[in-house]
Amino acid sequence: MDNGCFSSSRHDAFPAGLRVLVVDDDPTWLRILEKMLKKCLYEVTTCCLAIEALKKLRERKDAYDIVISDVNMPDMDGFKLLEQVGLEMDLPVIMMSVDGETSRVMKGVQHGACDYLLKPIRMKELRNIWQHVFRKRMHEARDFESHDGFEGIHLMRNGSDPSDDGNLFAVEEISSMKKRKDADNKHDDKEFGDHSPTKKARVVWSVDLHQKFVKAVNQIGFDKVGPKKILDLMNVPWLTRENVASHLQKYRLYLSRLQKENDQKSSSCGTKHSDSPSKDPGSFSFLNTTNKQQNDVTIDIFGYSDGTLLLQMDAPSHAGDMKEIVSEPTTEKRRASTNDIPDPKIQKSSKMSLNQPFASVESSETNQAVFDCTIPTQYSWSEFPKGPLKEEQKTLVQLEGSFSQFPLHGKKHHIQVDQSQSIGSINSNPSVTEEEVDASLETKPLYAYQSDYVSPVSSIGSAVDTFPNQSKSLMVNDQSSEPIFTSNLGLKTQGFNLDCISDLDFYQRNLLLGGGAASAPLEEDLNFFLLHGECYNMNFGLQNIDMSEYYDPRLHFYDSADYSSVDQGLFIA
Amino acid sequence: MDKNQSRRQVASMKQSLFDQGLLDEQFIQLEGLQDDANPNFVEEIVTLHYRDSSRLISSIEQALKERNPMDFNKLDTLMHQFKGSSSSIGAKKVKAECNLFREYCRAGNAEGCVRSFQQLKKEYVALRKKLEAYFQLARQVGPQETACRSK
Repeated sequence: MDNGCFSSSRHDAFPAGLRVLVVDDDPTWLRILEKMLKKCLYEVTTCCLAIEALKKLRERKDAYDIVISDVNMPDMDGFKLLEQVGLEMDLPVIMMSVDGETSRVMKGVQHGACDYLLKPIRMKELRNIWQHVFRKRMHEARDFESHDGFEGIHLMRNGSDPSDDGNLFAVEEISSMKKRKDADNKHDDKEFGDHSPTKKARVVWSVDLHQKFVKAVNQIGFDKVGPKKILDLMNVPWLTRENVASHLQKYRLYLSRLQKENDQKSSSCGTKHSDSPSKDPGSFSFLNTTNKQQNDVTIDIFGYSDGTLLLQMDAPSHAGDMKEIVSEPTTEKRRASTNDIPDPKIQKSSKMSLNQPFASVESSETNQAVFDCTIPTQYSWSEFPKGPLKEEQKTLVQLEGSFSQFPLHGKKHHIQVDQSQSIGSINSNPSVTEEEVDASLETKPLYAYQSDYVSPVSSIGSAVDTFPNQSKSLMVNDQSSEPIFTSNLGLKTQGFNLDCISDLDFYQRNLLLGGGAASAPLEEDLNFFLLHGECYNMNFGLQNIDMSEYYDPRLHFYDSADYSSVDQGLFIA
Repeated sequence: MDKNQSRRQVASMKQSLFDQGLLDEQFIQLEGLQDDANPNFVEEIVTLHYRDSSRLISSIEQALKERNPMDFNKLDTLMHQFKGSSSSIGAKKVKAECNLFREYCRAGNAEGCVRSFQQLKKEYVALRKKLEAYFQLARQVGPQETACRSK
């Protein structure tokens, strides 16, 4: 059977034959739902434990089209399950509960649920669940085809940041891009061959695969990266450029989300945006602390107003490692500011990503609405800062490695937010095309690994502002310019996370330090970092079922690294 | 009594459960799911519910015994589960009592919780008895009866 839910045999009868996985600890409801779904002519599989469900999903990633899960389960929080499923399997997830409080529903949406049903559930509600599957397919198809529009998508900014006209731009951009995309789809502009709107082979990004991906990205250089190059380097015969592009986009989103979280944290902590290039450990930790608090916010968004996020890597104690990392990235483009690229987009997107499920923002995540913006492709991956700040020695390498687990965040987050209608759809397009990459690369100095990087805080700051309500991680600094990457990388205890976080924090600080006016082109980089960090975080699912461990990687990390703030960002509450 | 009489009795029993506000729309939904493949679906679900919910009732009772202090969070969580289970069969009054209980939990009102739970148990037991009688009679009348009715 093919990967998509539209296998040839089932395709004709769609939505009949839709493969549904139902997860509910209440045996009575499980039985009722099973019966109801069968009446809808769906193929039903039931589970009473979240862990069991994840196991089933992982065993055969393409075995299900949609997941319906209760919010309250004994072994795992339904929201966490939701996030993981979205990340790892990228399936639409519907939440259910007998509790219909607005805050709960909002949390569900923020975590990526494509719908939230109240018990008792009616037949008619279940009959329509196929629309979520269909919608996702459509978006994915569009994503593949139009990578150009990503920038627009990323712009989804939640708040209204006056200084950041990118917002508006983004929204409009997105919608116009979508239109263009659709039109383009008809033509041959797509790099990917598959224009089919209904189906997209779903690639399972295993740890190994992701590791290859990350390696390739680093080899090429974050700012030069493009799906084709990555694909060539990866040397995986069955992988398509489409797959890579899609994954790349998610990766970027992830990074940006992390960054955003970082930013938020920093800002909330009041990180100074001064441009003291030196990153002193003190500030670093400070950032960390903020991050910690946040837990859920996925920071990824670096709001660079002008798209150049310069990270200043100074040499604080952490910097030691950073430096190491810094030198690694192949392209250290430090453009201080030349980017005219409308990073607002990035910012926006980042903001969006913040809210992603990863962010599991427990905090008020109102901004979470942003959620899923797939981070614009502007990430300059080249600067991927591999080294975690000192604590994580293993970092560099690990970061890379860990990303293998990198879940496709990008995808995950999209949608829920309806900041802009289009955004939702855009989000689902993780495909990052080369063009995007290039574009983004130019302006993003991104990780200023080198100490002379100046983080254009301003841009980020504004971006951050757009999500006023976001949990702390998002709003890093009230000063418009601090692109604080809240490195919420949920560092895995294994150290992956640590790396990420440290990196993020590092960048964050740099960004902050960079001071206001900066143009934060480094968004991409940040994203990258975040992504890295987050990857780990997110990947926990892949690693093991031990959610608790996974969920608090940051905590672990922090303990060792004494960055309490980092914890926040990645912690998936 | 003859079949017709039994059928009428079954029908009126059911009707009174609705009239008294003990059952709601969900029960009818369950009946709608009953078919040839599952001719006793409603009874099956009700049985499942009572098995699961009695466990929850015990847990809540146990938790209510902890007085100093009373663990409202745990009680709220348990009650949330219980409410979910009650909603599965459409136990209207019981659900209302659940809500009341949860309010007391949130207010940290131990006395209120205890009182409300007593009331809840009363409603719970009363409905259970009535449903048992209902199904017993319905079974006598014949599965086709209920199946037809539900269709």
